[in-house]
Amino acid sequence: MGDRSPPTSSSAFAVWRRLVGARIRADWQYRMSFFLFLVGQALIASLDIAVIAAIFANVDSLGGWSGYEVALLFGLGGVSFGMADLLISQVETASKHIKAGTFDLFLLRPVPTLLQLSASEFALRRLGRIIQPLIVLAVALFTAPVHWSVETTLLIPTTIVAGTVIFGAIWVITSSIVFWTVDSQEVASAFTYGGNVATEYPLDVLGIWMRRIATFVVPLAFVAYLPAARMLNRHDPLGLPSAAAWAAPVVAVTAWLAAHAVWGFAIRHYRSTGS
Amino acid sequence: MRLYFEVARKTFARIATYRQATLAGVFTNTVFGFVLAYVLLAVYQERETVGGFDATDAVTFTFVGQGLLMVVGIFGSTDIAERIRTGDVVVDLQRPYDQQAWWAAVSYGNAAYYAIFRGIPPFVIGAIVFDLRTPSPPNFAAFVVSVWLALAVCFAWTYMLQLSAFWLMDFRGPYQIGIFVAQFFSGALIPIVFFPSWLETTTRALPFPSMMQLPIEVWLGRYHDAALLGVFAQQVLWACFLIVAGRFIMSRAVGRIVVQGG
Amino acid sequence: MPTTTHHISDNIIDVAGLEKSFNVTRKAGRLRRRREVVNAVAGIDMQVERGAMVGYIGPNGAGKSTTIKMLTGILVPTAGWVRVDGLEPNRQRTELARRIGVVFGQRSQLWWDLPLRDSFDLLRHVFRVDAARHAANLARYAEGLELGPLLDVPVRQLSLGQRMRGELTAALLHDPSILLLDEPTIGLDVVSKEAVRQFLVDINRELGTTVLLTTHDLSDVERLCQRLLIIDHGRVIEDGMVADITERYGAERTLVVDLVEPGPPLDVAGATVTNVDGPRQWLRFRRHEVTASELLVRVSKLADVRDLTIEEPDIESIVREIYTR
Repeated sequence: MGDRSPPTSSSAFAVWRRLVGARIRADWQYRMSFFLFLVGQALIASLDIAVIAAIFANVDSLGGWSGYEVALLFGLGGVSFGMADLLISQVETASKHIKAGTFDLFLLRPVPTLLQLSASEFALRRLGRIIQPLIVLAVALFTAPVHWSVETTLLIPTTIVAGTVIFGAIWVITSSIVFWTVDSQEVASAFTYGGNVATEYPLDVLGIWMRRIATFVVPLAFVAYLPAARMLNRHDPLGLPSAAAWAAPVVAVTAWLAAHAVWGFAIRHYRSTGS
Repeated sequence: MRLYFEVARKTFARIATYRQATLAGVFTNTVFGFVLAYVLLAVYQERETVGGFDATDAVTFTFVGQGLLMVVGIFGSTDIAERIRTGDVVVDLQRPYDQQAWWAAVSYGNAAYYAIFRGIPPFVIGAIVFDLRTPSPPNFAAFVVSVWLALAVCFAWTYMLQLSAFWLMDFRGPYQIGIFVAQFFSGALIPIVFFPSWLETTTRALPFPSMMQLPIEVWLGRYHDAALLGVFAQQVLWACFLIVAGRFIMSRAVGRIVVQGG
Repeated sequence: MPTTTHHISDNIIDVAGLEKSFNVTRKAGRLRRRREVVNAVAGIDMQVERGAMVGYIGPNGAGKSTTIKMLTGILVPTAGWVRVDGLEPNRQRTELARRIGVVFGQRSQLWWDLPLRDSFDLLRHVFRVDAARHAANLARYAEGLELGPLLDVPVRQLSLGQRMRGELTAALLHDPSILLLDEPTIGLDVVSKEAVRQFLVDINRELGTTVLLTTHDLSDVERLCQRLLIIDHGRVIEDGMVADITERYGAERTLVVDLVEPGPPLDVAGATVTNVDGPRQWLRFRRHEVTASELLVRVSKLADVRDLTIEEPDIESIVREIYTR
């Protein structure tokens, strides 16, 4: 009765790749639209840097960080956020599917629901959101007083990957709320888009309580602030050793496991209570 | 006139049923308020004033601004554009009322709800942690008037943007750009007094500050007597200009539909 | 030696004591809410043999889609025992998903803006069907349902009838052992309905695929189902062969006469008066026993008739009928 090998995660990703490929091909049919959107996304990210520029038009340092150092934060956080936006922000559509009754269709397929959500609304044009931060990151790496070493060079890609996973985990966990209160998707925005804004600035500026939350509860500190502090040889006012920057991958994995657990719990709840 | 009031009232009633969404929105507005307030306070560690705003002004600006975002409708909406795209607008155009007035009534209906349920809470919560400036009763009355006018300006702008759907297959590109321009230059992201002076001056010549910056400045008590009337006049003028522009574009669009035999 | 209370059977669907209740908060006045328990499914037993074609019908809100959701693992039962193709839907949902094909009349499983062919190809990977088998199936179904020229058309440009044929193909490409259909002919024109029905009959006969069909269309049932389960208020109220049920209930029609003057219930051979409302009387009769025209003649002998209509039984009335008996 056909090929029925037991499911492996690699084959689930193969399915995801195909679904995503189909979406990209379909979007590519409308090239004009694609590029316009790409530009639009790049502009959105530009707004954030414009705000930072406006701030530094008035001061030379913010919380002790210079403009170029803040640019480093912006670059690291922005690229991570953009990648997460590309890969997993589609989880926000769960609310729409639940209300339309189409979420059940995902449950009828032998593919993890997260992968299906990610693939179903995959839009390559979201890459536009990475362009600005990438440029800013490149500039910042040249202009900020980064202590270059093998370690720093390795830290950059590590941070970006870890940051992507952390934002992704935040997206999944906060969007799970819609399985309980279907109209509450916007709560997630406080942590995803709000989190993105928070990572653009040195965590020093937030109130102590907010800083603690942003380090230990919603681990935004590991996305840009701690790694940048390490690269710049700065001390963290919360007292964490600067080597904590290297904890980012561990934090990311933990966050992702938590996300997986929360999402699974949410799906189980959905399957008990229906829509 | 009665019709438009009913439209506004029904819109209010409709959106009042989305309690969860409102709660979620208040939460997000509040979080954003805190993050942005802290960032601005960090600026004030270095300086006493920026562009005439002191720390209290800036933090107040942030929380009033967060409350105003939905009231004024700075994020826009794509309802009109969607109806144009799907062709449903043809049905609307055959109805015996004014399109622009109808959609304006919808905006005002939304705004009334948001003003109470999303405008007040972030400010109240912010006031618990931060020192916020509250207006004197006359200033508050002036603020209400200014917000009313700001809504008109913002509505007229987003209305115009959506009309691009008559000409473009995919209206979202220009629409997004228009929305972001409005957000940035209206002070929704950062008070425009933080801009370099040449940019601030240029920006104040544009309609966008009328959408957010000016009403909040009224709240902060920065205008009195003649200056206050000047602010109102500015808002009124921009509202009129954009409304007329919108009507003009709409009439061109309708003409085009008729020609195409739709 | 049985190790469980349910012996192993050759039934592809085996359900015992299935229940599902929901906690619903309803508004009670302006501000207060009341918590209520809604028993959507209040104890269902069901056995379906392999290769059967079964209709599962009932009025709206009877619990049909809730049952289907529990059979597919979308919903977790509150109580009861379910086995579908030997698997427990709640625990083995993904494994079961490979063995079921589902068609929703009102929701599409296809990718909206992609050509039909692409949807089929994606599903091949989703269900991990090997290429040769998939190609063979596709060729067969495309021919049987005349999809040839439609394969390169984006799904959103297809008519409803064309799309349904695509959905059927999509549901069968991975050789499921069961096909679940939820209102598959809704909104279709007569020609498309017949094409879909014929196709289902062929599939059932050639491949032995079990078919479970929920529908509001009585003619779907008449054409396709050997067996019928009728559900109402969360319980199975009738379970039997279609022939028996239609003989028992569907054979009855109602002649509604408007008499010139109101009068007592007519005592007419071959019919029973079920309702009187002023000059209007409802006379139920069995179509085998007496024809409508015959009955009219008999009625006219007793009273002057001004106007008349004939009511045919539909699912709703049959169910109402069954429920009130």
